[in-house]
Amino acid sequence: MVKGIYSKKVMAHFKKPHNYGKIKNADGIGNVGNLVCGDVMRLYIKIGKNKNKQEIIKDIKFETFGCVAAIATSSAITDLAKGKTLEEAAKISKTQIVDSLGELPPIKMHCSVLASDALVEAIYDYLSKNKKEISQDLAVKHERIAKEKEETEKRYKDWTDMEKKMLG
Amino acid sequence: MDYGAATPVDSRVLKKLGRFPSEVFGNTMSLHSFGQEAKAALEESRDILADLMGAKPQEIIFTGSATESNNLALKGIAFANKEKGNHIIISPIEHPCVGESAKWLESQGFEITKLKVDQYGLIDPKEVERLIKKETILVSVMHANNEIGTIEPIEEIGKICREKGVYFHTDAAQSLGKIPIDVEKMNIDLLTGSSQKMYGPKGAACLFIREGTKINPILHGGGQEFGLRPSTVNISAIYGFAQASLLCKKEIVKESKRLTQLRDKLIKGVMAKIEGSYLNGHPIKRLSNNANFWFEFIEGESLLIQLDMAGIAGSTGSACSSAKLQPSHVLLAIGLRPQEAHGSLRLTLGRWTTSKEIDRVLKVLPGIISQLREISPFKKN
Repeated sequence: MVKGIYSKKVMAHFKKPHNYGKIKNADGIGNVGNLVCGDVMRLYIKIGKNKNKQEIIKDIKFETFGCVAAIATSSAITDLAKGKTLEEAAKISKTQIVDSLGELPPIKMHCSVLASDALVEAIYDYLSKNKKEISQDLAVKHERIAKEKEETEKRYKDWTDMEKKMLG
Repeated sequence: MDYGAATPVDSRVLKKLGRFPSEVFGNTMSLHSFGQEAKAALEESRDILADLMGAKPQEIIFTGSATESNNLALKGIAFANKEKGNHIIISPIEHPCVGESAKWLESQGFEITKLKVDQYGLIDPKEVERLIKKETILVSVMHANNEIGTIEPIEEIGKICREKGVYFHTDAAQSLGKIPIDVEKMNIDLLTGSSQKMYGPKGAACLFIREGTKINPILHGGGQEFGLRPSTVNISAIYGFAQASLLCKKEIVKESKRLTQLRDKLIKGVMAKIEGSYLNGHPIKRLSNNANFWFEFIEGESLLIQLDMAGIAGSTGSACSSAKLQPSHVLLAIGLRPQEAHGSLRLTLGRWTTSKEIDRVLKVLPGIISQLREISPFKKN
C-alpha cells in the first residue's frame, strides 16, 4: 500500500483505538474542541491511589468526533496518562503525544494540543469538584482553555448552541 | 469511486497513442515532415473536439489544463473588453480556478458579483438577468458542479446573456463527454473542457471561443493556437484527449443511462441503510456519475481513510481534509453548516464501476459509519 499522510503508529491507533467509550460515574470529565472546527474530544477519568498514597489516573476513556489525527491523539493520551499521578498526567505535553505517535502532519499538530487540553480539563474538573488544591500551573492552563472556548462560542454562537443540545 | 477527481486513460486511447511520444514528436510549427505530421494530428484533434460540442474547428484552442482554460477565459475576456465595462458575474460554487481568477481580477479593478444558489446548488437565470448591467462584460457559470454534481440551466442563462450582449463562459470540465453539449443551441461563447476527466491523458484541455469573441492571450510568445496560447503544443496529450473524446461521444447515451442506474442504486441504498444521511445536490438534475452525501456525527477525513483501508476511494468537503482547514465553499453555499460539511462524502462513478462495486460500498459503508459514531461523544445512547 502507498504511504499515506499518516505514520504507521497513527494509523494503528486510528484502526484500533485504545480505551474508547464512557466511564460511568467518572471522577472527572474534560470537554474540548467544537463541532464547527471539526474536532470534539471528551475524556473521562477515574481516580485511584498508588502505593505511596498519591492520587493516580486509575482508568481513562475517550470519546472523540474528528479526523484521523484527533482520534489517534485521543487514543495515545489515554495510554500515556494511565497509571500516572495527577501531577505527572497534567504535564503531558503535545510533544510527548506526537513523539508517541512517531509523527503528525504539520497541519494536524493542533489535534495533539486538543488531547493534552482535554486531560488538563478532566483533572481540573476532578480537583475543583472535590475542592482539592489546584496548582498554579494547572490553573493557568485551565484559564487559557476556558478563554479559548469562550471566544469560539462567541464566534460561532448559533452553531455551538446546537452542539450543546446534541451533547445533552 | 473518485472518478470526479481523475480518470485513468482508457486502454483504447493508449493504443491509438502508441507510437506518439517517440515518433510523432515534431514541433507543429516546423515545416519539415516531422513537424507537419504533428501539425496534422493537432488539426485532426481540433476537428474531433469541435465536433463533440457542435463548434467550428477554428473555435477550439488547446491548453494544458482546465485551470489554464478558465484563467484564459476570465482574464482574457476581462482585459480585452475593459473599454466596454469592468463587471463580471460568476456563481458561488465555481471551481477555485474560476473563483480565484475572479478574485485576482477584483484586485485589478474589476467588479465581481456572485450569484446565489438554492439548496440544490441551482442558479436562477432570472437573477442573472437582474444582475446584468451596462458594465457587465462576462457571465461565468459552470455546467455541472464538481462536488455536488448539480447541472445548471446553462441554455437559459446563455440565452439571457446573448440577448443582453454579454459574453457567456461555462466550465464544462465535469460534463463534457458525459452530457451532450451543443454550443449553438446552448448559447455558449466560451467553454472549458478537460482531457483527464474523460479518460484522456493529463496535460491537455481545451477552450471553445466563439468566432468573433474579443479575447486577449494571457501568455505571449510564438503565436501557436491562433496566438491565444503560445507554447510548444503537447501533441501526445492533445491527440489522446481527442481519441478519448471520440469514445465518450460514441458511448455517451448508453454510458449515461448505465451510470444513472448505478448512481441511483447507490443513493437509495445509502439513504435507506444509514440513519442520519442526506443527499447533497439535486436529486435529478445531477451528473450521472455523482453521489454526494452528508452524515450526522461523522467527520469526513476519518470516513475517507476508513473507506480507503477497505479499498474504496472517495472525497470529502470536510475542513479537516483540506489544506486550508476550511470546509467546502460549495457545501456552505448550498446552506450546509460547517459541522454538516465535515460529514460529507462524494463518490463519483466511472467507466469501470460495476453494480458489484456499488453492492460492496453499500455493505461496507454502514459499518464504518457506526464504528465512527461509536467512538464519538455524539452517539445516541
